[in-house]
Amino acid sequence: MVERRPWLDILAHVILLCGVAVVAFPLYVTFVASTQTAQEVASAPMSLIPGSHMVGNYMQALFAGSGGGSSGTPVARMMYVSLIMALSISIGKIVISMMSAFAVVYFRFRFRMFFFWMIFVTLMLPVEVRIAPTYKVVADLGLLNSYAGLALPLIASATATFLFRQFFLTVPDELVEAARIDGAGPMRFFRDVLLPLSKTSIAALFVIQFIYGWNQYLWPLLITTKEDMYPVVIGIKRMVSGGDSVTEWNLTMATAMLAMLPPVLVVILMQKWFVKGLVDTEK
Amino acid sequence: MRIVGWPGDPHYVVCLDAFTVVRARRAWTITRLLPRARCPRSAPQGIVRPMEKRVVFGHKTLPYLLLAPQLIITVVFFFLPAGQAMWQSLRLEDAFGLSSEFVGLANFMDLFRQQDYLDSFKTTAVFSVLVAFVGLSVSLLLAVMADRVLKGASVYKTLLIWPYAVAPAVVGVLWLFLFSPAVGILAVALRNIGVDWNPRLNGNQAMILVLIAAVWKQISYNFLFFLAGLQSIPRSLIEAAAIDGASPIRRFWTIVFPLLSPTTFFLLVVNVIYAFFDTFAVIDTTTQGGPGTSTSILVYKVYRDGFVGLDLGSSAAQSVILMFIVVILTVVQFRYIDRKVQY
Repeated sequence: MVERRPWLDILAHVILLCGVAVVAFPLYVTFVASTQTAQEVASAPMSLIPGSHMVGNYMQALFAGSGGGSSGTPVARMMYVSLIMALSISIGKIVISMMSAFAVVYFRFRFRMFFFWMIFVTLMLPVEVRIAPTYKVVADLGLLNSYAGLALPLIASATATFLFRQFFLTVPDELVEAARIDGAGPMRFFRDVLLPLSKTSIAALFVIQFIYGWNQYLWPLLITTKEDMYPVVIGIKRMVSGGDSVTEWNLTMATAMLAMLPPVLVVILMQKWFVKGLVDTEK
Repeated sequence: MRIVGWPGDPHYVVCLDAFTVVRARRAWTITRLLPRARCPRSAPQGIVRPMEKRVVFGHKTLPYLLLAPQLIITVVFFFLPAGQAMWQSLRLEDAFGLSSEFVGLANFMDLFRQQDYLDSFKTTAVFSVLVAFVGLSVSLLLAVMADRVLKGASVYKTLLIWPYAVAPAVVGVLWLFLFSPAVGILAVALRNIGVDWNPRLNGNQAMILVLIAAVWKQISYNFLFFLAGLQSIPRSLIEAAAIDGASPIRRFWTIVFPLLSPTTFFLLVVNVIYAFFDTFAVIDTTTQGGPGTSTSILVYKVYRDGFVGLDLGSSAAQSVILMFIVVILTVVQFRYIDRKVQY
């Protein structure tokens, strides 16, 4: 920094450590609860030292499902549903947004700007404001309790389209000219020039959209009624409000840990792309 | 210190005591030393970059084919339902859903006569202001500290950003567990210091619970943007002020805070949008809008009236009102916010 003020540096570290502690505290308690028996967790206050039932709890949650709650589906199945959903949403978004951005930037055709604004307007129609009618459309199409129903309505993306459009606009025109002189058609140009150049944007967008897809809540809550189509995020909610039976917090917390694991790992391992994606899309 | 123009203008000027600092395309430049009296009255207009390609491909049908998937999804899952919501908001359906009649704006009139709905507006306003204010203050404090430390900055960053990846529903369950009156470790701690903690009965406590969960999740996002904003402030300005003998606190309020205003404004809008819409899962997993309606924000009420209460006309009218709110927020976001991406 600008000048030496040792006490200020110490204060900065203390505040940051407090921040880290506050942020990590729920995670730690969750982890501890997931290693104890249901009785140990229920004995308020629970001990803050990890118990000895970690393997058993995780095995039960993953493969047997919780006994007491209403949800008897094993978490492994729910995580599989979440994974398919997250991958379809993120890959689907990237594919259709790249295609539309390519069309809008590299072609001149009638209604070009009209279509562009149509995509823009979707920003103003989040799922939350059109819950009931969208549900009806999906039900009429027979897509309730299906992967297509989970993913399709969420893969239209104005932000991703804008991101690619913005990126394509910075690609030098000389490349198009060169490609045309060499006789390459538009799709060839797309595949051999634009796609390799877009790699970092794709990686950044993938990280953000994977997290977005994995964490979807309201939409799956509406359209999944069969337990074997619950994404893990919904499964957790069912475990907490499992009717009359007492919540088995140790299993719920093991499920919570498992539900957090994939997206948190993605953020930590792909931090560089994550930050880029966040700054580029800005929602 | 004077700020000229909106944070979203192409060029945004901050006149400090001795310097004028101009922001363009997300970078600050110190333009000149000039006395405060000569600070410009309006922000200079930026140069608009060419937004079109000069060289394009000629092809009649290909562009339509490329756009088709996106447009089909947009029409089927966005425009049709939105249109239907608007249509339905003007109609009244009988209890069996067999027939409906046109009632004009009656659904809207009814809504604004319901105390429930007006309360929900108030709850949403209080909630979003609190989320934005608490979230921004905490993250700003952490970001300023992280910007100051030399050792371990990247470790702190990693340890602070991971909550972004946690699903709002899981966040809700985590905090529900910590604050659960029966088993929650924090609830026990509160009881030990004499607080009668029960968010299932006490509306204010329920609000605090939802607020903590919502803010906890959003800190990482705010922190990252504040840190980036802080790192884009020219060091020479801060050094100059330090040489003049300004204390760190004074430097923060006279230089850092004004130069951070575009970031702050952007985050303010993002946080309000977050509180309005993305906190649905947090509320549904922790309080279900209760006790009573004390944490029932607008989005939650639309869901509850439409899906649990099956009052479609009223729910549709609420959706339409929400749409207007989103339109306003989006316009603010795009007109007044400094974006790298231009449209």
